[in-house]
Amino acid sequence: MNNLLEYIGIEPGRLHFSWISSAEATKFQDTVIKVTDAVKALGPAQRMVKDIRRVA
Amino acid sequence: MEAIAQKIREAAAKLLSEGAVDCVIGYAKGTVPMRDYPYFAYTPEEAQNLTWSPFCTNNLANFLIRRTAGEVGKVAIVAQGCVSRSIVGLIKENQITREQVYILGVPSHGMVDRRKVEARFPLKTITEVLVDGEDLIVKGKGFEERIPQKEVRRSNCYTCVQRNPVIVDEVVAEDGPNDWGGNIDAVAAPWEKLEPLQRWAAFEETVKDCIRCYACRDACPLCYCHVCFVDESQPQWCGKGQDEADVATFHILRAFHCAGRCTDCGACESACPMGIKVRRFTSKIEKDVRQLYDYTPGLDLESTPPLSVYRPNDPQEFIK
Repeated sequence: MNNLLEYIGIEPGRLHFSWISSAEATKFQDTVIKVTDAVKALGPAQRMVKDIRRVA
Repeated sequence: MEAIAQKIREAAAKLLSEGAVDCVIGYAKGTVPMRDYPYFAYTPEEAQNLTWSPFCTNNLANFLIRRTAGEVGKVAIVAQGCVSRSIVGLIKENQITREQVYILGVPSHGMVDRRKVEARFPLKTITEVLVDGEDLIVKGKGFEERIPQKEVRRSNCYTCVQRNPVIVDEVVAEDGPNDWGGNIDAVAAPWEKLEPLQRWAAFEETVKDCIRCYACRDACPLCYCHVCFVDESQPQWCGKGQDEADVATFHILRAFHCAGRCTDCGACESACPMGIKVRRFTSKIEKDVRQLYDYTPGLDLESTPPLSVYRPNDPQEFIK
């Protein structure tokens, strides 16, 4: 899926995959911080966005 | 070509008159040039309508599925390489059983892309296309031209690796060479060499004509879900209109659902009324599965599809 999205031009880093057990609270926290930082660094998504003002 | 068609008709008539099968699925000559269509012969007389030509672009395996429960009769199907691979896939996915289907094997000579032929005669109407050996004779009002089939084949047919059927009950025509010598890796996933920004632009350009008719899905033997994700309304995964985000979602997800299953038969691309190059995304998935999982779908009944089995050495670099 990641490969396909990159292939069609979605920025690498917008989609993340992780295995986290329900017992791994710290890993979950770390991952969420990393993911949000990575996505914030990319800025707002420009692709695959439905602009409700344009659609409606 | 006509010799093969004659053999198909004979084999079909024999099966139907003996009562060995209820129906023979094949192709019949279309009313429009270059549009031979799937045909269901139920009687030996109807079997005489069957044909075989370079215009048989539908994947007949599509018609083996969705049979009503309790229907036990056997059907015969005319299958070249890609159709037989799709049948193998359907058997593996428990959609049909091997016993339900009788396969009339035919080697594929490559199918013609009617758009490539039409493009050679801009603003002209083609009224008849005849097959003469390796050439096509294209006729219309005031013109008649001969074009070699090899110049106008569908793009997936050039890189076919399995022209001969993989499983067969009755050989209608002897196997020929198995490939055309085309290298699929050289042409698959054409956007890989582009920069991310260009890729998105290329993707948008490719799907911009999509009218969401779902012909690609309906022509695909893999798309047998009773309710497709785009048709579901609770929850509605994907909007119904032609908003570009919805169109993109449909195409990305449909391609992804075919991962590890797509045999690159090209039925989707041939079915598209808008001429969208659907294989630009499906070929990427097909290539990834081949390279990352060392798997080519539909070549045998024994191997396990990569997405239904876990192996310790599965590629997992994307998981952080």
